[in-house]
Amino acid sequence: MLFMSFLVFSGVYVIGDPVDILISDEADAEDRQRAIEGLGLDKPFHIQYLTFLGRALQGDLGDSFIFEEPALGLILERMPATLELALSALLIAIVIGIPLGMWAGMRPESKSARVIMTGSILGFSLPTFWVGIMMMMLFAVQLRWLPSTGRGDTVDLLGIDVSFLTLDGLSHLAMPAINLALFNLALVLRLTRAGVKEVVHQDFIKFARAKGVGRRRIVLVHILKNIMIPVVTVLGLEFGGLVAFSIVTETVFAWPGMGKLLIESIGLLDRPVIVAYLTIILLFFVIINLVVDVLYSILDPRVRLQEVKS
Amino acid sequence: MNRIARLGLALMATTMISGTALADDVTIGIRTEPSSMDPYFHNLGPNNAMLGQIFGRLVEWPPAMDKIIPRLATSWKAIDDTTWEFKLREGVKFHDGTAFTADDVLFSFARADGYTGGNSSFRTYTKGKTVTKVDDFTIHIKTEAPYPLMPNDMTTLMIMSSEAKGTGGEANNGIKAKDFNDGLATMGTGPYKFVEWKKGDQIVVEKYDGYAGPMAQPWDKITFKVIKSDPARTAALLAGDVDMIDDVATPDIPALKTNDAVALSQGVSNRVIYIHIDQFRDVSPFVTDKAGNALTKNPLKDARVRKALSKMIDRDEIVEKVMEGVAIKAGQLLPEGFFGRSPNLKPDAYDPEGAKALLAEAGWADGFALTIHGPNNRYINDGKIAEAIAQMLTRNGIPTKVETMPSSVYFKRASSGGPDKTPEFSFFLVGWGAGSGEPSSPLKSLLATVDASKGQGASNRGQHSDPELDAVLVEALATVDDDKRAALLAKATDIGIGRNMGIIPLHYQVNTWATRKGLKYEARADERTVGINLIKDN
Amino acid sequence: MNSAKTAAAPPVPGQIEPLAVETPFQRFVSDFSESKLAVACFFAVVAIILLAIFAPLIAPTDPYNLALVTVADKTLAPGMVMQDGTTTLLGTDGSGRDLLSSIIYGLRISLTVGIGSAIVALAIGVVVGLVAAYAGGRIDNIIMRIVDMQLSFPAILIALVLLVTLGKGADKTLIALIVVQWAYYARTVRASAMVERRKEYVESAHCLSLSRTRILLKHLLPNVLAPIIVVGTVQTAHAISLEATLSFLGLGMEQTEPSLGSLISNGFEYIHSGHYWISVYPGVALLLTIVSINIVGDRLRDVLNPRLSK
Repeated sequence: MLFMSFLVFSGVYVIGDPVDILISDEADAEDRQRAIEGLGLDKPFHIQYLTFLGRALQGDLGDSFIFEEPALGLILERMPATLELALSALLIAIVIGIPLGMWAGMRPESKSARVIMTGSILGFSLPTFWVGIMMMMLFAVQLRWLPSTGRGDTVDLLGIDVSFLTLDGLSHLAMPAINLALFNLALVLRLTRAGVKEVVHQDFIKFARAKGVGRRRIVLVHILKNIMIPVVTVLGLEFGGLVAFSIVTETVFAWPGMGKLLIESIGLLDRPVIVAYLTIILLFFVIINLVVDVLYSILDPRVRLQEVKS
Repeated sequence: MNRIARLGLALMATTMISGTALADDVTIGIRTEPSSMDPYFHNLGPNNAMLGQIFGRLVEWPPAMDKIIPRLATSWKAIDDTTWEFKLREGVKFHDGTAFTADDVLFSFARADGYTGGNSSFRTYTKGKTVTKVDDFTIHIKTEAPYPLMPNDMTTLMIMSSEAKGTGGEANNGIKAKDFNDGLATMGTGPYKFVEWKKGDQIVVEKYDGYAGPMAQPWDKITFKVIKSDPARTAALLAGDVDMIDDVATPDIPALKTNDAVALSQGVSNRVIYIHIDQFRDVSPFVTDKAGNALTKNPLKDARVRKALSKMIDRDEIVEKVMEGVAIKAGQLLPEGFFGRSPNLKPDAYDPEGAKALLAEAGWADGFALTIHGPNNRYINDGKIAEAIAQMLTRNGIPTKVETMPSSVYFKRASSGGPDKTPEFSFFLVGWGAGSGEPSSPLKSLLATVDASKGQGASNRGQHSDPELDAVLVEALATVDDDKRAALLAKATDIGIGRNMGIIPLHYQVNTWATRKGLKYEARADERTVGINLIKDN
Repeated sequence: MNSAKTAAAPPVPGQIEPLAVETPFQRFVSDFSESKLAVACFFAVVAIILLAIFAPLIAPTDPYNLALVTVADKTLAPGMVMQDGTTTLLGTDGSGRDLLSSIIYGLRISLTVGIGSAIVALAIGVVVGLVAAYAGGRIDNIIMRIVDMQLSFPAILIALVLLVTLGKGADKTLIALIVVQWAYYARTVRASAMVERRKEYVESAHCLSLSRTRILLKHLLPNVLAPIIVVGTVQTAHAISLEATLSFLGLGMEQTEPSLGSLISNGFEYIHSGHYWISVYPGVALLLTIVSINIVGDRLRDVLNPRLSK
């Protein structure tokens, strides 16, 4: 984390700072100097970095060069929008991906399964941004079914603004969420299929069949339960990927989340925001990994047993 | 159950919202959002546009920028060589109902001048000026030397309430940018009241019933949606998500023109796009011989070479092809209709033969190689313009490479990326919008000899220098008589561009706004997108 | 982004050698050819690579020569005649470049960056992976910790951070993509090598006191080749897609020498103007490339991974 912060800090330091685009053309040398001092950019690099570290240890990631507000606050302000988008995408991936994957896994030789599998290759081959552009062209501009960009009306839910509870919000959410979900949908589908293909031939399924357990129950209880472990693990880890990849989707659909903030901050060389974003994302990943570990042990009793033994 | 009830409520809320949409509400898609709601934070276009309609100014420009019109000041005049008197409008109230007086003007001056945080460069307009209150509705502004541009300066400076919450009567100690962004201190006299700002998403303002000025179309509520991407902004208009967009991308213009559901409004801006040329180094880093080896002297120091390069640029092709016809060829600093233009200067015609003759005359018949630098996200089609110029020069025997970069990186390097903080590039694309509506600001910043102590040449990145131009300009800046000053400014332009080709003007930007049918935008030369110029058109 | 996670299914111990008389390669070819689609895609990939190699001979014009490109030819529709008399088959882009030529040259850049980065990353990954597997113990621990750390972080974020600090350009994109990818190979190689290491043939080589390097290169390496090939194909497709995405976000190539991603991203500006060809044709070219490589990779996995084949 320290290394990352140093890399980014020094990298952005080397490229430059936003002073020249923040002051008006007519400002003279004196005003320019004031602006540089105002941002603390007149100090040598090591002092700037040590100041940053000292503050970071107290939970202060610095003020944005552009907005002059705490960088952390700016990011947290935008976080609900990104999380809403990522969670929706995750939900779509699960709700569509698992049934399709099970279908393909149960009947691996059928024509429909082949179509599903080839489709899934498209799912992770298509570059997200291109699909986003094409979706926008088709559904927003040509057919006018869905709004093209932005986030719809939001409702306050336990202190957080959410948009999925309003019709307008849902219609704005649909395209970006599907766009972001595509890759993971293909992933879930393929994982599920692979899992099903393996589980189907295992003894306990044969026993269950022999015992006369209903087909429906076999599929929903026995098979599903057994393929959940890899799916949950990968999805848990992929959730971080979704949050990161929302950078692309947010850029295409002008979704006001933290990914878009990152891209804009990169464009403006707003160093405190860039560093703060990466710090938060890093923390986020640590938390996700912990949660996945916990979930994993709940789903798979063997892991618990092993830990007890060791 | 609870959840369903909540969903129902939410649905009701949406229908109610769409119900009020029948009132006079509009949504405007803007390309760039302001960086603050603090009127003295950044002296940048988006801030000045958005905040001007909330705070209001002493005097203002009409859309065409042809004459200054009264706003919070009812009249102004120079009472002696160094003193301007502004009479203030009586009976004006801020959004919270408190009365506007001279104290608010003094307070605003103090905040702009002593702003400690941020990167404000509103000091440009307050420096060297002393404001005194004569009575509640009269102020005097004193300068050390005669200063004809006082009213022009006051078209930018905004006036806030000295009694805004959180100030504690102190212009610079009590309030921070965040207090404005949250709406606490955002207290002005403008036609619209601040409601909320969701950064990166939208800014909402509401009609101020007590607005003292004329309003052709008072909208009840305006939502400014931030849509940075050009195609997405156009898509939002076509999909009916917004009623108007600004900065319409040139590739979209032909299609929008033929679309019956959309109306376009276009206006030439005060911004000239031009090329800076390195005239201060004996060996310029990005000018080489055709094999890429360093030269022993800098051909760009020769005015004939600069003129030749100008003649190799086919401005018609740039306007027609790169800009889709939406730009006007430039031969000087401001387009027609502005104060202080030179009547003698025409845009250089494309003339490869003439260019070759000039090069030969200057001893560069064999040509040389160049790199053109430019930003790729600052001006309309900036990257493509640089590329087109490179094509034209290459075709005419000056092999030219193109290097473009985001403006955050570009301007730093263009101003001080070289050794000893000198400008780094040799031949590079920039634009200049004359906010004062006359050519003294670009002359002073771009063509006058660099001299920090006099505040001259602040953006003279090619470091053009001509003592004669400097002298004429200094005289112009101290001439209060309008006609005489106009003649002197025209003379300075003749020297700097006509005779010396200190910079190569390319074209004036033309800005395009698109509205849904039934609305009309009065295109503004200062490129601002404001609610007050959006009217109904039936 | 994380397509390797699906691809890097660990190879299985106890591979059963078939009794048939055909050589392993013949068997491989006949297995592979069972899928007509995969064969078609294989030839498509070969054709695309040839196209890229011989670009200057095949392309009608040289789109990178500024003396020949003129903005007067801007956005010509397919079939129209350019200033120099050539007919443009797929139209021209916003700078007056012939689109067909630009796509061919763009393919060249995209493939160079994609394959180039994959090869270098592969080389690094193989070395690191083999060293980790063979050295074991502490070294293995340290290496794998680094690898895991990197893999838990989304590729796009790492590439983004690197490009922000390095700047634009093909060489920098190449570096960023190498850094992003090496860990996938390292993990795959280590996992397979760990399995192989315990096998008898390696042990017997040890008994013969052959040198470590010799064992690594002559015995271990060939046996971990199969999973590397699979990961390699998928990673190459992934790298091409990532490069396009980075170009779209404005962090990729230089303006006068666009890759496929930059071409699409430039074409995005023209989606409302009816100049559909500028974004559609490069998009189709990109799509064909990535999908073909992925289908080939998918088939390779099925063929080379005995657990999943019948």
